[in-house]
Amino acid sequence: MAGVKQTLSVDLAGIRLASPVVAASGCAGTGRELAGLTDLRRLGGLVTRSLTFEPSRGWPGPRVAETASGIVTGVGLQNPGVRAFVAEDLPRLARAGIPVMASVGGGSLQGYIRAASILRGEPGIVGLEVYLSGADEENRGLPFYSRIDRMAEVVGAVSRLSTVPVFAKLPALLPDLVPAARGCIRAGAHGLTLIDSVPGMAVDVRRLRPRLGAIIGGLSGPAIRPIALAAVFRVAQDLPQVPVMGVGGIATAEDAVEFLLAGAWAVQVGTALIVNPSAPTEIAQGIAGYLKAKGLASPGDLRERMRLTGEQPARGTSAS
Amino acid sequence: MRRVRAEILNARRLGAFQSITLVAPEIAERARPGQFVSVAVPDDRRFILRRHFSIHQASRRGGWAGTLEFVFDPHGPGTDWLAEAKAHQFLDVIGPLGKAFAYPRGPSNCLLVSEGHGASSIFFLAQELRARGKRVDMVLGASGESHVFKPIEAKRLSQTIVIVTADGSMGERGSVMDVVPRAAQTAGTEVIYAAGPRRMLRTVAEFCIDQRIPAQVAVEEEMACGTGLCFTCVVPVIRKDGSGYDNLRACTEGPVFNPARVFWDRWMSEETRPVPTPPEGFSPVVSSWPA
Ligand SMILES: Cc1cc2nc3c(=O)[nH]c(=O)nc-3n(C[C@H](O)[C@H](O)[C@H](O)COP(=O)(O)OP(=O)(O)OC[C@H]3O[C@@H](n4cnc5c(N)ncnc54)[C@H](O)[C@@H]3O)c2cc1C
Ligand SMILES: Cc1cc2nc3c(=O)[nH]c(=O)nc-3n(C[C@H](O)[C@H](O)[C@H](O)COP(=O)(O)O)c2cc1C
Ligand code: FES
Repeated sequence: MAGVKQTLSVDLAGIRLASPVVAASGCAGTGRELAGLTDLRRLGGLVTRSLTFEPSRGWPGPRVAETASGIVTGVGLQNPGVRAFVAEDLPRLARAGIPVMASVGGGSLQGYIRAASILRGEPGIVGLEVYLSGADEENRGLPFYSRIDRMAEVVGAVSRLSTVPVFAKLPALLPDLVPAARGCIRAGAHGLTLIDSVPGMAVDVRRLRPRLGAIIGGLSGPAIRPIALAAVFRVAQDLPQVPVMGVGGIATAEDAVEFLLAGAWAVQVGTALIVNPSAPTEIAQGIAGYLKAKGLASPGDLRERMRLTGEQPARGTSAS
Repeated sequence: MRRVRAEILNARRLGAFQSITLVAPEIAERARPGQFVSVAVPDDRRFILRRHFSIHQASRRGGWAGTLEFVFDPHGPGTDWLAEAKAHQFLDVIGPLGKAFAYPRGPSNCLLVSEGHGASSIFFLAQELRARGKRVDMVLGASGESHVFKPIEAKRLSQTIVIVTADGSMGERGSVMDVVPRAAQTAGTEVIYAAGPRRMLRTVAEFCIDQRIPAQVAVEEEMACGTGLCFTCVVPVIRKDGSGYDNLRACTEGPVFNPARVFWDRWMSEETRPVPTPPEGFSPVVSSWPA
């Protein structure tokens, strides 16, 4: 359709990205590696691997096992600590001109606060993402996401410290996903990232042992896309004003459009980036083509475009 | 490193191995022994990770200029698919990746030890060492005769060679380490290079440390990206000042390491320790699932 001025840019609670396709946490290295393989400036943005206050070595290997249409990984947040990140990786990322969202992890409320304090006001960081799948030392080592009050405490503390918008990253398989999402927003988060990888495991039957050093890791890749999509849809239906970044198994433009139709404001690409360094660029180009074919001006125009026919299930029930 | 769509010039069988030669001048020009390439697999999403192979040959000069060869032993979905690949087909290849073997300064006698497909990068290394006037001797190990990698070319490349197979079907019967001490003694070895399975590398490492022979080993560890993005391929390496160890990426900081600094007990702990201890400092990605 002639006359429609098209853009790929999106605005996520004040974070302006030139493309809605962002590199997911833990899948984009330190900023040095991608440079030789793809045009970094065409990346909508990059979420860092989750950073903790103290450096962490992560789990022993093996850290990856390939399964049907996906991979199970157990890296265990290997990172140099938030101070080393600010000193070494951030300047390089900033020079490359990519909008950086820093992912914040921790083992206790204090851990999150200390990490977020170091990141506070750092130029070059356009947003924070709060990683909530780590073990909570103050709650028997259960993940933070297992209690809404605990998530709210952490997300609230990080949001109060932050000078940039904060996204809470949630897993899909929470029985009360929508209340959890609401809890994070009420606590001060500006947006949500859905989903983290899904707990998964693989066993080497020949050698009779788990295939990962961590034993249980996270499943990612095409295998989890329908799970991620359902999570995005449920939350977006309930919180249409809240920016949601959809992530989980996105490998093509069509996959990304699915998420944008289901209510995501932007998408992140993890496993597909690991396999194909130009996946984000290719996906962004494909989205542009799709918008053009449909006569739409921007990715945001896809939200609420999905035709929902038939009877709608009552809010909160899972239609299975 | 470069990512290219590379045409297959030649795909052929080599005993139990399959060899693929690519037209990839951008990679071949820069390739050095010990480095590897990352090859994308078909796009049907059944299995998705790229596969990684050591560079066996890279021709910078002559009639084959700009070509690159890798060799593998088909045994799983990725290598089985690649074994079916034919000339003129195109592959999505990234390379050269990783740190290469370093060459010794000054005149040196080099013993090159390999087992199975580990021989692939070792042959490339042998050529480069000889071109630098070094003496090359070889120990070539395998499970059986069909897995002994290019024995005739090995003889051509080295001053002396010992072939050893687990079943005794070619050369001596036994393991690589049964013959390394003797081979090193005979050849007056000053430097050892090794590539092959971890268990073999570890025994070679122990020998080198014991005999104070400088060495380099090329390791393999499960890799997701091969380009440094994901931190899945780590090997625990003891710090230079001995103050502890760091998990280094085999794809970026390796795959060639100084075996005296690899923390073998930790790296091979899956062989002995059934339950991992959580990472120091903290935080598993998923330690438990809420009850
Ligand atoms: C740096 C490097 C260099 C290598 N060079 C060679 C070579 O020159 N020739 C050769 O035959 N093989 C080589 N390998 C091993 C080769 O990558 C695997 O054999 C191959 O990926 C197996 O794929 P598959 O689908 O056929 O088998 P599967 O065993 O079913 O593979 C399943 C998964 O495990 C991974 N995997 C399996 N074996 C290994 C291994 N030994 N090391 C790392 N990951 C593994 C695969 O990549 C895949 O993700 C190398 C590996 C690395 C890391
Ligand atoms: C190797 C690897 C490391 C990851 N590390 C992190 C991390 O540090 N923090 C985080 O929030 N998510 C991490 N993730 C999860 C991804 O960001 C993403 O949520 C998940 O993989 C689903 O997306 P995908 O299917 O596109 O990979 C990691 C995923 C992978 C595969
Ligand atoms: S394989 Fe991804 S960092 Fe080495």
